[in-house]
Amino acid sequence: MSILVNKPGLLTTVQDGGRRGLQHIGVVPCGAMDGIALEFANALVGNAPADAALEVTVLGPDLQFEHDALVALCGAEFDARLNGATLPLDRPVLVGKGDRLQVVRAVIGARAYLAVAGGIATAPVMGSRSTYMPARFGGMEGRALRMGDRLPLAKDAASLATARYARLQSKKVFDGALRSVAWSVPALTRPEREPIVVHAMEGRHHDLFDAASQRAFFEVTWRVSPDSNRMGFRLAGPVLARERAAEINSEPACLGTVQVPSGGQPIALMADHQTTGGYPRIAEIAAADVPRLAQLAPGGTVGFARCTLEQAGELRRVLRRRVDSALRALNWTFR
Amino acid sequence: MGDAAVYAEFGDTIDLETNQALQALAAALRAQRLPWIRDIVPALCGIALHVDPYHPELPDPILPHCEALLVECFKSAGKFEDLGRTVDVPVCYATEFGLDLLELVAKLSLSQAEIAKRHAKPVHRVLMVGFSPGQPYIGGLDPKLSVPRRATPRTRMPEGAVAIANLQTAVYPYETPGGWSIIGRTPLTVFDPKREPPSLFAPGDKVRFVPISLAEFERLKS
Repeated sequence: MSILVNKPGLLTTVQDGGRRGLQHIGVVPCGAMDGIALEFANALVGNAPADAALEVTVLGPDLQFEHDALVALCGAEFDARLNGATLPLDRPVLVGKGDRLQVVRAVIGARAYLAVAGGIATAPVMGSRSTYMPARFGGMEGRALRMGDRLPLAKDAASLATARYARLQSKKVFDGALRSVAWSVPALTRPEREPIVVHAMEGRHHDLFDAASQRAFFEVTWRVSPDSNRMGFRLAGPVLARERAAEINSEPACLGTVQVPSGGQPIALMADHQTTGGYPRIAEIAAADVPRLAQLAPGGTVGFARCTLEQAGELRRVLRRRVDSALRALNWTFR
Repeated sequence: MGDAAVYAEFGDTIDLETNQALQALAAALRAQRLPWIRDIVPALCGIALHVDPYHPELPDPILPHCEALLVECFKSAGKFEDLGRTVDVPVCYATEFGLDLLELVAKLSLSQAEIAKRHAKPVHRVLMVGFSPGQPYIGGLDPKLSVPRRATPRTRMPEGAVAIANLQTAVYPYETPGGWSIIGRTPLTVFDPKREPPSLFAPGDKVRFVPISLAEFERLKS
């Protein structure tokens, strides 16, 4: 069971919930940049939340299905076509043998997740199917998709598709014309309006920066630079300076750490971030807001709102409640 | 470190004793198998706990809980001396590989042979593995070999490069940029995701650098 890649798109990689428990030997978690969208896409086709899906970036792939499959595309709003007709987003859609799915381009946001019932079946590496391109392992031979690739799916992908689709057919929301449902999960991470507001706590080295830089970080609008990638978003704006330039020991970094190299241009560390780093950290982004930041394309704008650890926890609980209430409706659909 | 990781620092200077205590602490924490902890990362002079911020058992508030946990584990931690392995790392210190050796000869007023001898003599210690998969920060360098990082980093350090800066040695698993001075190269594969364990080095390992000739390098490489 596989999908043929006619065109790979700008950067299409296999990603799952991430590679855990190996940061002490320098192995970064990787995984979906927007974990919320991955969880939704998987749930919509009846998969486990952290199963492997395709992460598509800004310009998506052109795919040919070699058998029936149940798919869902979530995250950024993409112009996507199934055999030329608009593909409905954020819901399960039955794709038939020989069908062509073109994920054309992002309209709002930057990254979407294409989940397939049964999951993407590339070989797990160190417990995960996530692609880590810098060290060339995971996913499709540790690289982005290429033209002519045959992306392996679960052996039972077609029978899973039929069985799960049959359950959808018995529901009131079923829409036979679309081979889908008239119901969708909410888009919780799309940047509807820019600059987006992302909450951040003061970082470990916040007080080493001069007063103007401390103020500027939380006051100005930052622009995501073109040289941003899955490792980090470089933020263009004022140069941030420290009172004294002392060398800092290399120490652990995490998803959402905002570090400032000597040039003064901050970098927000994203899914493929290095596990340790020696640059001072001015801020740490609230975990609940990282998936929304991940939806900015280069050129996108963001402002940082100061928050406390307690407030970051509250943001997480609110987001979790919204995700869970959407997922409850889904469970009803698949039961 | 934000709401998905906690970092506890045990000093701001790097010393072997503190670092070994951290390795013992990491082992004790690992033994607890707490489901809400994803990663335990002993670093040069502190330890990081990465948590699953959505785990139902995640303690709230997290900071006092982690502090108590660290204190408890610190008390129960054994001597790390008993836990560490010894890794022998063959290194060819020829100028073909030791791209900065001649510069160091001038800077340190030591002969090339003397640099290699002083580097290979002591038993070193892996203080931390990080930055990229399997890249060790190794302490225990002879202070006579101490040089600051290079003012202009190299855009590519060759795979297997053995390089020094300050009081540490690094071995580069991948071709990446780097600002350390290259004194040699190992034929060993530092990181291989298909190998068990994938990383040649783990935090706390003892490291012995074993000088080898160019011919031996070629033989081991093939």
